Amino acid sequence: MTTKYTKDHEWVRVEGGVAIVGITAHAAEQLGDVVFVELPAKGKSFAQHAEMAVVESVKAASDVYAPISGEIVEVNQSIVDEPAKVNEDPTGEAWFVKIKPADRSEIDALMDEAAYKQLTEN
Amino acid sequence: MSIAHGQSLKRTPLHGLHVSLGAKMVEFAGYDMPVQYKDGVLKEHLWTREKAGLFDVSHMGQAAIVADTHDAVAAALETLVPGEMLKLGVGRQRYTVLLNDKGGILDDLMVSRPAHDGRLNIVVNAACKDRDYEILEEKLPRGAKLERFDERALLALQGPKASAVLSKLAPEAGAMKFMDFAGMKIGGIDAVVSRSGYTGEDGFEISVWADDAAKLAELLLADAYVAPIGLGARDSLRLEAGLCLYGHDLNEDTSPIEGNIAFACGKRRLAEGGFPGAARIQREAAEGPKRVRVGISPEGRAPAREGVEILSAHEEKIGEITSGGFGPSVNAPVSMGYVSFAESKTGTPLQLIVRGKKLPATVADMPFAPHRYFRG
Repeated sequence: MTTKYTKDHEWVRVEGGVAIVGITAHAAEQLGDVVFVELPAKGKSFAQHAEMAVVESVKAASDVYAPISGEIVEVNQSIVDEPAKVNEDPTGEAWFVKIKPADRSEIDALMDEAAYKQLTEN
Repeated sequence: MSIAHGQSLKRTPLHGLHVSLGAKMVEFAGYDMPVQYKDGVLKEHLWTREKAGLFDVSHMGQAAIVADTHDAVAAALETLVPGEMLKLGVGRQRYTVLLNDKGGILDDLMVSRPAHDGRLNIVVNAACKDRDYEILEEKLPRGAKLERFDERALLALQGPKASAVLSKLAPEAGAMKFMDFAGMKIGGIDAVVSRSGYTGEDGFEISVWADDAAKLAELLLADAYVAPIGLGARDSLRLEAGLCLYGHDLNEDTSPIEGNIAFACGKRRLAEGGFPGAARIQREAAEGPKRVRVGISPEGRAPAREGVEILSAHEEKIGEITSGGFGPSVNAPVSMGYVSFAESKTGTPLQLIVRGKKLPATVADMPFAPHRYFRG
């Protein structure tokens, strides 16, 4: 399954029926050095676009929005313990949460890589 | 995360250098300024505490108050600030504040006394300088006038290696002590130097003609100990050092006593009065202010930033965070804010409302990172 993107700079990748979610390399670079991450509790459900997590750099705090509706089935505690990982590997090891999608069509409607690249270059 | 970039922004004489060094530029006080270079805020902050950081602070306002004699110019400035100006020695610098009639702070500033009699040099905040100059022009007593140095640049070299670096180019710099002020040549460039800054580290602020600024910056950056540092790290450095940012930690409503910067007021001045809002400031100095700026250490890792509500242990709202973030050197969140005088003792437990949740915190001693000024 390919990676999909939101205009708020989250990425979504479906593996084994679960959507893995993180922030894009572009977002991590814009934020600068990440010093704090707050993740939702496992089992919590979010509507698409709801504030789901918080990521803070030395300078500023940013909300991370749920890119799709669904239930949080796993969170990545390692980025809470070591926030710098978000800058090192935002699209790999430093994923934020895994969501059980409520509506697969929401994922299909997200941007593909080419569309996201165009967004960040403009 | 989008950043507005207007064409109308002012530029310092080092703008081209910032861009060529790969700085991320942002608007600050009407200027297009480097918020960070390629290394980012965290590394730039730590570099400054370990080596030496070069900051462009040319957006700040440089000027002089001029009268016939030192006593005349000092008396003139003393009508607007609570600092001791009469006894400011030749070649010395002092921090004070410009006050309104209610004793509120219009700006904080550095005042230096050059060798030339009858002059006091000032450095004021970029965001306040136009209003400061208007006030000075309007309110300075007859016989004293304002002279603006709009054609000068200001560079700050800060950190434990700053003295070794500058001494190679200007040997007399190393002999200066904290808050000394002197003219000298740096690598052949005419400069006016103070041993001070706004990071809590030893260091210098160097004023040169705008035309010489890029040459001086390149000379300093050629030293392996020196890296360019942006406004992002300047903010986290001053926050750890417990130093106020005007417009955030100080404003027109706060007095120097509330702001916990009583050192901006001279002892004789507090006793005699004769500055705007003296009655309030004298009363607060004697009886204690209603509220006071303190350091605040949030528990855990979540930074508590400007605007966060502060509750007492009894859940009463007692104030607000005025500056806060993550302190790279203390490796923890650090904040400052105003609390009621009764709750201002170090160690007092507080609660902070961060994103709707109550986070425990305590009143902390400032600075968070120790000052390392060179006092000789």
